[in-house]
Amino acid sequence: MAILEVNNLGKSFGATEVLKDISFSLEKGESLAIIGSSGSGKTTLLRCLNFLETPNCGSIRVNGEVIFDSARAFDNLPPMVRRKSWGPGIVLDLNRFFAALLNGGMSPEAIRRNRLHFGLVFQSFNLFPQYTAFQNVVLASELLAKERPDYKANKKAILDDIHEKGRALLASVGLAAKADNYPHQLSGGQQQRVASARALALNPDILCFDEPTSALDPELTGEVLNVIRSLAARNTTMIIVTHEMQFARQVADNVMFMDSGVVIEYGRAADVIDNPSQERTKRFLENYTNN
Amino acid sequence: MLEIIKTLINGFGENLRIFVLTLLMAIPLGLIITFGSMTKFRPIRWLTRVFVWIIRGTPLMLQLFVVLYAPGLLFNMPMRNRIVATLVAFVINYAAYFSEIYRGGIESIPKGQYEAGQVLGMTRRQIFFKVVLLQVIKRITPSMGNEVITLVKDTALSRVIGVAEIIMVAERYTKQGLIGPLFSTGLYFLLFNGLLTLLLGWIERRMDYFRA
Repeated sequence: MAILEVNNLGKSFGATEVLKDISFSLEKGESLAIIGSSGSGKTTLLRCLNFLETPNCGSIRVNGEVIFDSARAFDNLPPMVRRKSWGPGIVLDLNRFFAALLNGGMSPEAIRRNRLHFGLVFQSFNLFPQYTAFQNVVLASELLAKERPDYKANKKAILDDIHEKGRALLASVGLAAKADNYPHQLSGGQQQRVASARALALNPDILCFDEPTSALDPELTGEVLNVIRSLAARNTTMIIVTHEMQFARQVADNVMFMDSGVVIEYGRAADVIDNPSQERTKRFLENYTNN
Repeated sequence: MLEIIKTLINGFGENLRIFVLTLLMAIPLGLIITFGSMTKFRPIRWLTRVFVWIIRGTPLMLQLFVVLYAPGLLFNMPMRNRIVATLVAFVINYAAYFSEIYRGGIESIPKGQYEAGQVLGMTRRQIFFKVVLLQVIKRITPSMGNEVITLVKDTALSRVIGVAEIIMVAERYTKQGLIGPLFSTGLYFLLFNGLLTLLLGWIERRMDYFRA
């Protein structure tokens, strides 16, 4: 069974249709590179998977579990109508009800839960500036651990676990020595490697990269690409939006070419990049080889 | 001479009392007003912004009179305590100013900080308190410092509704032909604001370890 199934996903901003009827699936342990020119909808697709945008239609399944379905949106509304008493709590309930309406029928808690299936590494890193590299990696795990029923009883053991894992993750991206540095003391490439470790800390089913090297100087892209390469070698399920065609060809199992919000071509990386079947894919790739 | 200094110090005690209590109450109240002026619920946002416009758009001196006299005139519940009247006017006035500084600080935090927190499964509350708040504090400290120093001097306004603050008690000496005490009040303000400036500088240095 595919780890990720996206069906007929659509997203509009006002009158502009950014994603049209996007369907694809991804197997566990596979990596997918999404290529295409700016404005083709690549980033919006990633943001929909991470619930930073709410799709207008379609469905998303992870491990067979429906985590978003526009057709079933209203089933998930908070049970405001079924309340037994009508005290002042109704105001909070109404608030949640309308918030859920705006979010395709999902309560904030449901969105939060569903988000944890995915990790996202941003183009602009978005590290938290007031925390060290290490603190950036472990912060979310520490906060989530507080929700565990056994947190109070095993606090020390749980935190030790989280911290050990955080150190291991920083070491795996080659930054063990920079654990106590603040983001502004790190180069762009180092910051992006910390951001990758931070996204991995919550063990997402699917790790997404949104143009991870686009904000970096050319000499710094290599170190970030190497991190992604080693993740691919360890069969991490990944979706990578990128403009690095050679990298996509070498590292990704599958490549998706998008144009104007539509999937033009989807297949094995070598097939799509070396022998594109669609005219538009050919034209797009020619621009890259000519440069 | 010693008698005069003692009287002036007592007067300045009133100023400091108003200053500390106003600050303690206006800082949290300002945050509540900020949430009001930033809410997605339009009627509340609109009401809050009109409120801030009125408070910032009229003289604090006038607001002191209104707080002192309006309860008696409108509800037949005269305001007897002048310090309380002063505090109510000052807290509302400064909370309105603070709320706009907070709003500017919160809106200056890049969207990416919120989104990074969201994709890491943080709640809105966690994102605000664990990620955004300290960055906001760092960004607004210089403007807040300005307001705080202005507040020290504004406490002298309370004399218009009869609070025996330092300038009021010093002015009494002019009737005896003594102008020195009145002029010397400036030293008390200068000294205290000097201490505050040092404290604010220390706070800013404490947050030097990161860039936001």
